[in-house]
Amino acid sequence: MSAAPAAPPPASADPLPPEERYALLLTPPQARSGWRVVPARVAAMCAVELQKLRHDRTELYTRAVQPALWLLIFGETFTRIHAIPTGHVPYLDYLAPGIIAQSAMFIAIFYGIMIIWERDSGVLTKLLVTPTPRAALVTGKAFAAGVKAVIQAVVVIAIAAALGVALTWNPLRLLGVLAVVLLGSAFFSCLSMTIAGIVLTRDRLMGIGQAITMPLFFGSNALYPVSAMPGWLQAVSTANPLSYQVDALRGLLIGTPAHLGTDLAVLVAAAVLGIASAASLLGRLAR
Amino acid sequence: MSPSRHTGGDEPVAAVRCTGLHYAFGSTKAVDGVDLEVEPGEVFGLLGPNGAGKTTTIRAITTLLPVPPGVVGVFGHDAARQRMAVRRLLGYVPQQLSADGSLTGEENVALFARVFDVPRRERAARVAQALDAVGLASAAHRMAATYSGGMVRRLELAQALVSAPRLLILDEPTIGLDPIARDSVWDRITEIRTGTGMTVLVTTHSMEEADQRCDRLALMHRGRIRALGTPAELKAGLTAHRREAGEAEPPPPSLEDVFRHFSGSGLDEPGPDERGEFSDVRRTRRTASRVG
Repeated sequence: MSAAPAAPPPASADPLPPEERYALLLTPPQARSGWRVVPARVAAMCAVELQKLRHDRTELYTRAVQPALWLLIFGETFTRIHAIPTGHVPYLDYLAPGIIAQSAMFIAIFYGIMIIWERDSGVLTKLLVTPTPRAALVTGKAFAAGVKAVIQAVVVIAIAAALGVALTWNPLRLLGVLAVVLLGSAFFSCLSMTIAGIVLTRDRLMGIGQAITMPLFFGSNALYPVSAMPGWLQAVSTANPLSYQVDALRGLLIGTPAHLGTDLAVLVAAAVLGIASAASLLGRLAR
Repeated sequence: MSPSRHTGGDEPVAAVRCTGLHYAFGSTKAVDGVDLEVEPGEVFGLLGPNGAGKTTTIRAITTLLPVPPGVVGVFGHDAARQRMAVRRLLGYVPQQLSADGSLTGEENVALFARVFDVPRRERAARVAQALDAVGLASAAHRMAATYSGGMVRRLELAQALVSAPRLLILDEPTIGLDPIARDSVWDRITEIRTGTGMTVLVTTHSMEEADQRCDRLALMHRGRIRALGTPAELKAGLTAHRREAGEAEPPPPSLEDVFRHFSGSGLDEPGPDERGEFSDVRRTRRTASRVG
């Protein structure tokens, strides 16, 4: 199999002959094909995200501050003044799923900055030269963004539980929560990557990110029921994937009436659409 | 050149074949008709000043830029029609220092093992071998952010090697490095080539490196290849040309002289209409600043 090298190997401290030193580097790995490519790339990108979080947990702690304040200050206060009609559910319970969705979205919506950094540093270029179709790469990134969102959700659930929110501990429902958080953050991170593919610079992406997060948050049912909104805001909420995410989380976690089928369908469709649009614009970042 | 384990069969397939490669960014022609053949097992250098079209040529070969079918082939696979097959054969190190500083050396390499479908049971051993091949075994568990510029380059070599590529493509691998780091990077490249029989396609500004380290060279200028051959052939060609021109005893030319002869200008004075000069310089500076 391996032929003699053209020249004698240079003197080296390593006593092993090159045939052994490089034994594994001579055989290309067997290619995965078909449907197995996407899950493999998703796993690879998620592994990187987890490794980064293991090395530096600062972000986890600082990210926990905002949702804690929302629940502690906003939630406790509005529970007391009964200003928002949430039926028989205490306002803090009503708010908790909304804050999970919101804080996950805040993470995902700036994910495009990472893509721009990766493009500037050459990491993206290198990934684009691996046997990874663009859609698979974007899918991998989208779910890697979900890793942080899921950890964030766990933190918020813990805070909410500590504040006495009556949450479900049914493992099936919690699995549903996991899926909903992943799907939502896949959509918002793809939205962010799509914007990154259009604006191409970090500063512009930051600006747009700042401009859209609050409208997405206030234009959803995260803080108040849709029935309490004026008509035009109800229309915004209907077109806002965050509302479907909150509806599903609320149904799963605290058992309010929800439209789980519709919610999941909308979230899956939004994620697929997001992946398609981000993948189609990825080429602009490669140039 | 070296008999390689990869060249099976009687008919040798070129490692890289470009036939009439053109690429324009808007109205500026970055590559303007390049015909190129890289033989399996050789170290082939692509030389030229900023904006000569070297990087664009490489980006076409790596499938990063869309090219029409039949223009670029890698070991017989068409870069337009069989993109994934081409990518599986490539190890690519871009100009920028592209290792991720927030991961360890080992994790950086493991990512590329994963995206090239290295099975889990083989992953750790393969990653260790790739790191060992570039002399980073002892730094494997350190964060890449703590590496020196030369170490980052070697780490990137390991990232490219872990998938056992048949063609290693290096875009300005020694840019921004001090002479000692340069030599260590080149020594590794030479060693790996000897040990694995890989084909190496490298771009560089440095005539000296090209002269010492490459088997064959193509001199590029304004999107075209102006001269092609071994360093000795190129220099001998110029001497012969000078004799014909009537010089009795022309002094032995350097590669720089050869380049100046073919391009009409030196490396320091690229033409006024070179594309991408600014972005090239910006990228180079960014690389240099990361090298520290």
